Amino acid sequence: MITTVKEAVDNALDACEEAEVLPDIEIAVRRTGPETVRIAVEDNGPGIMPEHVPFVFGKLLYGSRFHQIRQSRGQQGIGISAAVLYAQLTTGLPTVVTTRTGAREPAHRFELRIRVETNEPEVLSHEEVEWDRIHGTRVEIEFRASLAAKKRLVEYLRSTGVVNPHARLRAEIDGEEFVSERVVDEVLVPPKAIKPHPLGIELGQLARLVEGAKGPLAPFLVDRFVRVGAKTADEICAAAGLASTARVESLSGDDLSRLLGALQSVRVPPPPTTQCLSPIGQDLLVRGLSAEYRMDFVVARTRPSAVYGGHPFMVEAAIGYGGNLPVEGSAHLMRFANRVPLVYQQGACAVTRCVAEVNWKAYGLSQAGLPQGPLLILVHVASTNVPFTSESKDAIAAIPEIEREITLALRDLGRDLKTFISRRDRTRQAEERARAVCAILPELAAKVAEVTERPVPDISPIEGQIMRKVVAKKWTLGGRVGIEVQNHTGRELALQVYEQSGDPAGDAEPVPDFATELDGVVTRVWQVSLPPGGAWRAEYTGSGSGTIDLRGVDEHRKVVVDLDV
Amino acid sequence: MSRNDLDARARAELLRIAEAWYDQMHGGEVPSIALPTRTKQNIEYDDESEVWKYGEKESLRSAHTAKSALHLLKMAWVIGFLKQQLAENRSSTLRELYYISEGWKRAKFGAQEESNLLIEDLEILTALQREAFHLRPEEDGATIFGPLRIREATRRGPREIHCRDDVGEAGYAIPNTVEGLEFLEHDASMVVAVETGGMYARLQENGFDEEHRAILVHLKGQPARSTRRVLHMLSDRFDLPVTVFTDGDPWSYRIFASVAYGSIKAAHMSELLATPRAQFIGVQPTDIADYQLPSDKLTDRDVQALKAELTDPRFDTDYWRLQIRRQLELGLKTEQQAFAARGLDFVTREYLPARLTEMGVL
Repeated sequence: MITTVKEAVDNALDACEEAEVLPDIEIAVRRTGPETVRIAVEDNGPGIMPEHVPFVFGKLLYGSRFHQIRQSRGQQGIGISAAVLYAQLTTGLPTVVTTRTGAREPAHRFELRIRVETNEPEVLSHEEVEWDRIHGTRVEIEFRASLAAKKRLVEYLRSTGVVNPHARLRAEIDGEEFVSERVVDEVLVPPKAIKPHPLGIELGQLARLVEGAKGPLAPFLVDRFVRVGAKTADEICAAAGLASTARVESLSGDDLSRLLGALQSVRVPPPPTTQCLSPIGQDLLVRGLSAEYRMDFVVARTRPSAVYGGHPFMVEAAIGYGGNLPVEGSAHLMRFANRVPLVYQQGACAVTRCVAEVNWKAYGLSQAGLPQGPLLILVHVASTNVPFTSESKDAIAAIPEIEREITLALRDLGRDLKTFISRRDRTRQAEERARAVCAILPELAAKVAEVTERPVPDISPIEGQIMRKVVAKKWTLGGRVGIEVQNHTGRELALQVYEQSGDPAGDAEPVPDFATELDGVVTRVWQVSLPPGGAWRAEYTGSGSGTIDLRGVDEHRKVVVDLDV
Repeated sequence: MSRNDLDARARAELLRIAEAWYDQMHGGEVPSIALPTRTKQNIEYDDESEVWKYGEKESLRSAHTAKSALHLLKMAWVIGFLKQQLAENRSSTLRELYYISEGWKRAKFGAQEESNLLIEDLEILTALQREAFHLRPEEDGATIFGPLRIREATRRGPREIHCRDDVGEAGYAIPNTVEGLEFLEHDASMVVAVETGGMYARLQENGFDEEHRAILVHLKGQPARSTRRVLHMLSDRFDLPVTVFTDGDPWSYRIFASVAYGSIKAAHMSELLATPRAQFIGVQPTDIADYQLPSDKLTDRDVQALKAELTDPRFDTDYWRLQIRRQLELGLKTEQQAFAARGLDFVTREYLPARLTEMGVL
């Protein structure tokens, strides 16, 4: 199920990118029978020309971009037509495609199947229909599956949202809604294709290049390969034992394999990397993650582009810490290749190994293989040719150049995280110390007043001296509950005093700006604006069983003390 | 000073501490107290009284930190309690004070050591002894045996007691406060303070007290204040030489130091507690070799303690430097009862007469 959704969503994102529109993708997953599921994926992409539709969906391994050398999602996965085939084999039902290429064009609706024997599309029906979309494509596929992988599917969509901050994803999965909002309104500029690099070429590719080409060999090499000049071309020819002037059209199979050897032995500068790769960028990674997860700290790194075996690549990584991330267990690892989440085979992936081999203890984390704690680690490998361990394309292969970049990025992030953790610990300690003093001083004042038989002194100036913070206090005395907030910072503050308590507090003075009751617990909110050195106080009749908190103030700038505890 | 005057003074001194805090808080100041630093780095020899007292170093306890704030809070509770105790003319033991604090919530003491230290702080701040606050320590069971007649003011009236003829073999038990103790007369030539009960009994059984007219005082380990007060008074009142006989290990030297020079913890009361003329009999490290005494190897803790004593100003004399260095070289320690290896009479027949003669006591 995930594979099918993944194919459809990847295609949709790629289509939108190519047309330079902000992707708006809707996904519906619905149970249609005890063992069958119907999915529908709809995008606002450019649509597909009606004459291409049968081939895109009804012919296996059909792809217009298959041989382009640039970062693209289409490298991953099995192709949407395989999903069409799976559907017809398990349910016998055709796939329904609706597409429209523009306001002046009608929408076309197809019912498609694949002729298994010939790998040719079979159009069961084709009609023009009304559609409220101006352009876009909708695919509906029904196949045999269970909804067991529902959680994983949500995780996949969420991951997709993180690395595609320019996209809006809306999904309804078996009645449950999931939304990943758009974080940035900039259209993604699609990476440009580059010519192949001598180091990264295979025999089949070479054969295709040579096919139909004419003329002398050396200019051919200069023309068809990146980073090959006249001098390098001559060197390659010499290494292959061929004349620079040898006619390309007359090369034998034997010549070709010698040429391939020569291409890969002659030293050629690495290919250019910038235009053909599309990194997400540090800023957008941080924003994308922050939109999907609540964390106390998040930082990202985009490494400079590099090359392995003639293929440009680039590593990006991000670390999130704290917040709502689960405290127990291993870090949540998110792996991406060319902006596509890798869902399966985490254990076999080079990314996983790199993460496990970093010494996280040096950065203040515990580690058992993977680092432990409220931690999220994201690694994105972008390349014109992401090396996978197998055809299923779920795990990145262990290429030393790539592993090195991943490790460097992770260590860099680890150092940032360490700085954050130690600063947070220091702040926390300081706060705890202040909190402790803040709780003791009133008792000391009361006791000293009792012993000396004098009225209890007002110690708020002392508290301010110690705290330099916003201090919120709650106390109960003789059936009256008091709440006091003092601003000891040097800044004007607008904040909310937030209280939850079993007391109805009808006589609260001042009257709360907001109050609501649920199961006997009243939530009250006061909007308070405090100048530096200012104080605010509320009182009501009650038992003081509740808790108070301040909103609108930095955690490390506030101290909340319950004097009843 | 009459009892009522003393009570009034104690009350006033205690309240002065609380009032100072009150004024600090009222004036927007974080409350604090200054106390002499109670470490060996801050004790100085006082030529006039010949004892070691606290020096100039002070540490400020200010409620800026939770630890110190809590210390002040506990002290405030103790002051409140003592004020009430004085008003009601009651008294309590240090241990009772510790238990009374159970009901003090946050100000409750974690261990008796903590409340004892706090009372010592109050003694320093008020320049009064804890007895003035109607606080007394536990009986610690230290005893006296020998030709001495005393008068004790008991709850059932004054009692005159001869510390050999009127008591059993265990001797006369030193009360926890010696304010009501009077030394009437004696027929002694010296006082011998003994660390262990075994040696105390050995000296009695061998008739050492009669033969040498000695008052024996059983220290029972590190001596309580009242025991040190008794030694101080015997030396002061009767001008008798006081000697101290302990085991031969670093911890026993500290027993001697607290008797002769005053303890670090109670240096504010050294003038009352220390007996500057007290002399150390042994067991000396040199005795181990001279008498071929059975001995044990020094543990790591022993070695550390010996090294710490080398930087303790109280042990900064030629005699102690020599003995401590000798012991570190030997790597051995021994007990007073090790003399039994040479026969039960050896210690009273040979060792003590020889050693006391050497010291000029006999």
